[in-house]
Amino acid sequence: MNDSTQVKTVRFRVTDALLLALTLLPVVFMITLNVLFTPESNGIEIEGALIYFTIPMPLQDLIISESQIHSWCVMVSLLFFSLYLTHGIAEKPCTRRQYLAEWMVEQTDKLVKGNMGPFFKGFSPFVGAILGLSAFSSLLALFGLYAPTSDINIVGGWALLVFILITYYKFKCGPVHYIAGFFDPPLLAPLNVISEFATPVSMAFRHYGNVLSGSVISVLLAVALQGLSDILLGWLPGVLSGFPLFRIGIPAVLSIYFDVFSGCLQAFIFAMLTMLYVSGGFSYDEYMRRKAKRAAKKREKTA
Amino acid sequence: MELAIGLILMGCAIGAGLALIAGIGPGIGEGNAVSKACEAIGRQPECKGEVTSTMLMGCAIAETTGLYGLVVGILLIFYAPNAFVNILLNAIH
Repeated sequence: MNDSTQVKTVRFRVTDALLLALTLLPVVFMITLNVLFTPESNGIEIEGALIYFTIPMPLQDLIISESQIHSWCVMVSLLFFSLYLTHGIAEKPCTRRQYLAEWMVEQTDKLVKGNMGPFFKGFSPFVGAILGLSAFSSLLALFGLYAPTSDINIVGGWALLVFILITYYKFKCGPVHYIAGFFDPPLLAPLNVISEFATPVSMAFRHYGNVLSGSVISVLLAVALQGLSDILLGWLPGVLSGFPLFRIGIPAVLSIYFDVFSGCLQAFIFAMLTMLYVSGGFSYDEYMRRKAKRAAKKREKTA
Repeated sequence: MELAIGLILMGCAIGAGLALIAGIGPGIGEGNAVSKACEAIGRQPECKGEVTSTMLMGCAIAETTGLYGLVVGILLIFYAPNAFVNILLNAIH
């Protein structure tokens, strides 16, 4: 008895260590790729995502860029982190990580239920995934890596997914109801169609613009501080003349706002808007009415 | 030729600067939103959390127009000069 529990704990610990290692491995992998492939510069240039290689495709070449690799690495890392949190889960919580996991699930459930209503309670894993992916993608900038959220392609993909979801839930009440929704004030139909397509565009631009503008401002500040320290220390001989005195510490203060606060806030807003748009496009009363009608028809047929 | 390219670069830079005038509107709008939120919190301190999250939400939406300007500015600086110069070269040859 004692022996078997001993074996179990050893196995448990090994799995734990493996899961934690797999959580950290993508980060190490990204940093290695960054060190190996990023061309040398003095760190104060505004550049887009690095393109690793392109795959020839019939219509257009498929570009595998830094942002894609980074976002997949974040996904893998988050997957193993959630496996780590739920490893050895018990009915009665006894570990710290289970408390953390339960707290996260409860908060997401509460958020989804409060904003979307009980009909959409199955949405909380999706919303949680969006929150985690977006927040940790933006937080990659803390490691000095390229944040995938400052690439319009990545965020545009998410926004497209949300657009498909919105349209799917609007179509749940039938195509007639969907098209009639555009003619709500009949004269404004063209504007309604435009605003329908403006939703994903504005969602993508909002997220990408916020993160990108933060990194652009950080680079501008770095250039300005470098110039300031050049003026002050330029008369010194040798290496000392290029010493970036003011670039020590000062950009970190801005980084707290632009990388940490803004990244997390944009993740929250993206998830919030997803919830609001999806539940706003779906009319629950109409859906229940149609459902009841269909059930009545079916009953008539069988009777 | 150099003159034409220089004109293109100048136009792009001026256009980017003009596009960022769009930042004025969201600035005023967000200031209004935050001031009203402060008033609301002052009147009813117990619903501070709800007011704050609603305010952040509204600020994010008010920001959209400014971000459109930002995106246009970024495109004008990083993308447009190359594209316009290519158009010019294609037109000459």
